[in-house]
Amino acid sequence: MTAAVDKMGPRAAKLLRIWALIRKEGLQVVRDPSSFAIGIVLPLILILLYGYGVTFDVKHVPVAIVVEAPSPDAADLTSGFSLSPYFSVKAVTTLAAANELMLERKVDGIVFIREDFARQVRLSGASVQVILHGTDANRARIMQAYAQGALAQAGARAASEGGQDLGAGPVSVQSRLWFNDADDSHYYLVPGLIVLVMTLIGATLTAMVMAREWERGTLEALFVTPVRADEIMIGKLVPYFLLGLCGLGLCMLAAKFLFMVPFRGSVWVLGFTSMLYLLVTLGVGLLISTTLRSQFLASQITQLVTFLPATMLSGFIYDLRSVPAVIRVISYGVPARYFVALLQTIFLAGDVWSVILPNALMLGVMATVLLTLTRRAIRKSLE
Amino acid sequence: MSDAAAPAAVVVCAGLGKSFKADHHSFQALQDIDFQAAPGAVTALVGSDGAGKTTLLRLMAGLLKPDAGVLTVVGVDAAAAPGQIQARIGYMPQRFGLYDDLTVQENLDLYADLHGVSAAERAVKYPQLMEMTALSPFTRRLAGQLSGGMKQKLGLACTLVSTPELLLLDEPTAGVDPLSRRELWQIIRDLVRDTGLPVIVSTSYLDEADRCDHVIVLHRGKVLTQGAPASVSGVAAGRSFLVTPSGDEKPREMQARLLGDPAVIDAVPEGGRVRVVLNDPAAASALPGVAPGAVVATPAHFEDGFMTLLRAAGEPGVAPAANGPTAAVAASGLTAGTPEGRVEVQVRNLVRRFGAFTAVDNISFEVRSGEIFGLLGPNGAGKTTTFRMLCGLLSVTGGELKVGGADMRTARASGRGRLGYVAQKFSLYGLLSVRENLDFFASVYGLRGAHKRERIDWALHEFELTPYVGAPSARLAGGHKQRLAMAAALLHEPELLFLDEPTSGADPMARRDFWRRITDLSDRGVTVIITTHFMAEAEYCDRIAILDGGRILAQGAPAEIRARGAGETPTMEDAFIAIVEDSRAAESAPGAAA
Repeated sequence: MTAAVDKMGPRAAKLLRIWALIRKEGLQVVRDPSSFAIGIVLPLILILLYGYGVTFDVKHVPVAIVVEAPSPDAADLTSGFSLSPYFSVKAVTTLAAANELMLERKVDGIVFIREDFARQVRLSGASVQVILHGTDANRARIMQAYAQGALAQAGARAASEGGQDLGAGPVSVQSRLWFNDADDSHYYLVPGLIVLVMTLIGATLTAMVMAREWERGTLEALFVTPVRADEIMIGKLVPYFLLGLCGLGLCMLAAKFLFMVPFRGSVWVLGFTSMLYLLVTLGVGLLISTTLRSQFLASQITQLVTFLPATMLSGFIYDLRSVPAVIRVISYGVPARYFVALLQTIFLAGDVWSVILPNALMLGVMATVLLTLTRRAIRKSLE
Repeated sequence: MSDAAAPAAVVVCAGLGKSFKADHHSFQALQDIDFQAAPGAVTALVGSDGAGKTTLLRLMAGLLKPDAGVLTVVGVDAAAAPGQIQARIGYMPQRFGLYDDLTVQENLDLYADLHGVSAAERAVKYPQLMEMTALSPFTRRLAGQLSGGMKQKLGLACTLVSTPELLLLDEPTAGVDPLSRRELWQIIRDLVRDTGLPVIVSTSYLDEADRCDHVIVLHRGKVLTQGAPASVSGVAAGRSFLVTPSGDEKPREMQARLLGDPAVIDAVPEGGRVRVVLNDPAAASALPGVAPGAVVATPAHFEDGFMTLLRAAGEPGVAPAANGPTAAVAASGLTAGTPEGRVEVQVRNLVRRFGAFTAVDNISFEVRSGEIFGLLGPNGAGKTTTFRMLCGLLSVTGGELKVGGADMRTARASGRGRLGYVAQKFSLYGLLSVRENLDFFASVYGLRGAHKRERIDWALHEFELTPYVGAPSARLAGGHKQRLAMAAALLHEPELLFLDEPTSGADPMARRDFWRRITDLSDRGVTVIITTHFMAEAEYCDRIAILDGGRILAQGAPAEIRARGAGETPTMEDAFIAIVEDSRAAESAPGAAA
C-alpha cells in the first residue's frame, strides 16, 4: 500500500486525495436536500423577494393637507402633492382634524398651509409646515425629500407664472440624489443582495459541513487515512467556492435582466473582489464549524456573526455615516462592510480605485487570517 | 498467545495512560495499560461502558495522544508520528465512518483514492471485497439506504481497500442482528486466516470475545486480565451451575431471586434453566428455594469468568428489587394478580405498506396481561414499524389492532394513555435534569399535585436515580439514561410497556440490571413487549415471535423456538439463524433474489 503511493509519487497521491475529497463534497451538495436548499433555492428566493417584494421606495404615502383658506396658490400647491405618485392626498380644513388622522396612523404626514398663505406668497415668501410621522426614520427622511421636491416645484411654477423676481421665490430647495438618479432602490438593493447570497453560501452552508462530519463520525474515519489537514480544508473550500461563484452569476443575471441595474465597473474587478469576500465567508463558516463540532450551534453562531451583520452593519440598509460611533467602530470588523462598499462603487460609480484598493486589501487580510486559523483548527486529532 | 515475542508484535503498549479534562475535572480514562497484539491474531477488547475500549482504539489509531507510557503501532511510535500509522492501518469507528449521501461504490472509491490505491490494485481488490461482503448487487445504492448489517460490511470493505497492516474495529457489531454479526465474523476470520492481517476489535458481545485469540478485559481504565479466552472462562471454573426451577417458578423469576443472593456472583436464564456462578461451589447445595438435585455443574462460559472478574474488581452486583414484590405493588399502585389470560394486545392480519414496500406483512399475535413478549428479527424485519403501530404513532394499512381493549385504529388517545413506550434512541431532553425530565413527562401524562410528586419520588427511588436528580440527562452514563427513559415511561402507571431495543449497546451489567427491573414489572402485572438483538435475552420472555421481511416466521415459548435450532443443545441464536435462513432459502428457491 505504501508501495502504491511511491509508485504514484507523493504529489500525484496528494492531488488524487484532494480530488477525491472535492468530488465527495460535490456529490454531497448535489444529493443533500439541505445543501441544495441553502445553496440554490434560498438565493433564488432572496433574489425574487428583494427584487419584487422588498423595496425601500416610498410611494403612495398618505398625507393630510390642511388648507385653512382656499386660494389659487394653495390649490396649486395641493395639486403638486396629489399629482405626485409618491403621495395620496387627503384634504382637511383644520390642523386638529389632521392631527386626528395622524394619531390614528391614517396619514404619515401633514402639510399645513395656513390661511395667510396666499398673502405671504405675494409678500415675501410663504412658509409651509410639513409634519412627518417619525417612527420610521428612514421613511420619514425619504418623505421629507419628496415633500421638499414637491414644494420646490410648486414654488418654481408660482414664480414663473407670477413673473416675480427670483429673489422673492417662495421656497427654494435644492435636492439631488447622487448615483441613484432615478432614486430606485433596486440600484442599491442588488449589490446588497449579492452580499447576502454570498454570505449565505459562503458561511451558512460551510458552517454545517465540518460539524456534520463530526456529528456523523465520518471525520474520525477520514483521519485514519494518509489524508492531511490542508487537504481536508481544500476539499471543503473548492466546492463551496464554485457554488458561491454560481450564486454570484445568478445575482448578476438578475441585476441585468430582472432589475435593469446599471453596471459601470468592470466584470473582472467584480469577480476578483467577490472571490476575496467568498474566501472570507468560507473561512468564517469553516472555522466556526470546525471548532464547534455541532451543526445546530455552528449554524446559529454563523447567522449571528455573518448574516445578521451583513444585513445590519454593512451599510447595505443603514448608512454607516449616520449610525452612532460605537456601531460604526463595530462595523469595521464586519467583512460585508468592505464588500458592500466595493459593490456599490463597482455597480453605480465604476472602477474607482481609491475605493476599491483599500477595501479589497481589507478583505484579503481577513481571508488570509481566517483561513490560516481554520487550517490550524483542523487537526487530525480527536482531542 | 500472551507470551508472544516482543519484536513481532504489531502493537506494543507499555504503561500507557490517558486522561481527559472536562469541567475542570481530570478523568483518568486509561492507566498503566500493558499489552502486545500478536501478528496474525484477533485481539478482543471487552469491558463495561466507560472501561476505556474506544479510547484505547483511538490511541492506537493516532487520533489521541497518550499522556504516559509507550505505544508502538506497526513499529511506529504513536505519539511521535501518528500520520505514518494512519497511512498504514485500517480503522472503523463506531458508526462505520460512511458517507450516507454517497453510493456504495463512491464510498469505496473515496477511501481508495485517499489511500492512493492504484488502478491495477483496485482491479484485484474490488472484486475480492465485493465477493467477501456480497455487496455487488448494491454498488449503486446510497450508503444511507443500506441496512445496519450492510453498512457494517461496507465500512469494513472501506478500511480494507488499502490492504492495511493492522485492522482496528470499534464495536463493529453493536446494534446489528445475529445473522449480520455472524457474517461479519466469518469475513474477519477468513481474512485473518488467508492474509494474516492482525485485528483488534472492541465488543460488548462476550460470545464474540470468546472466539478471539487474545482477550483484554478492561475495567475502569485498567487491564483486569488478559490472555486466551479460556483463561477468562477459567476464572469461574468449577463455579458454574445450571439450576432447574421447580413448581410454577419461571426461570426469570428464579434468576431475579438468585441474583440478589450474596452467594451468587451472576445468574442468567438459559435454556429453561438458570445459569448461576457462585462465590463458593459448596453453596450449590444450599441455594434458597432450589430443590435438591435441581443443581448440576456445567463448564464455565466466558461470560461467567468475565462477571466473576468484574465482581472481584469491586463492581457491585445487580441490586435486588428495590422493594419486595408486595411492597412494590402497594407503592406503585399496580394491582398484582390480574387474572391470567386477559388479552392485552391483539394483532390480527396487521399490514403496513410504505408505497410499494410492505414493511409489515400480515402478522398476527396476542399478548396476555403480565406476559413478557419478545419480537426478534434482523434489521429491517419490521419490528420498529410494528411497535409504532402498536403505540398509535403510525396508521395501519390493514388488519386489526387492539391494545388494552381499545382499537388503535380509531381510539388512539385512549389506548395511548394506558401504555408506556421507550424508543430505540434516547428521547428525553438532554439539557433538562433528571427531575425536570420526570416532571415534564408526568405533566404530559396529566399527573398533578401530590400524585405527581408521589410518582416522581417513586420513579427516582425505584430506578435508583436519586443521586443524579440534578444532573442534565445528557451527561448520564448509558445505563442511567436507559433507567431514566424507563422511569419516564412508567410515571403514569401504564399497564403495557413497549421497549424498542432497550439493551442495544448496553454492557452486560447494565443488561442484567435492566432485565431484573423488567421481571419485577411483569411480576406486578405489567405487560411487556420488547425487541432485542441479544438472542440470549429471549430467555427472559414468556413467548417470542421471530420476524423477517415483515412476516412472523415462528412464534411460541422460548423452549419451542429453541428446539428448532440444529445440534444437540441449540442456543436461541442457533435457532434464530436456522429459522431465518430456512425461510430465506424457501423464499429465494423460485429464483427471486433478495
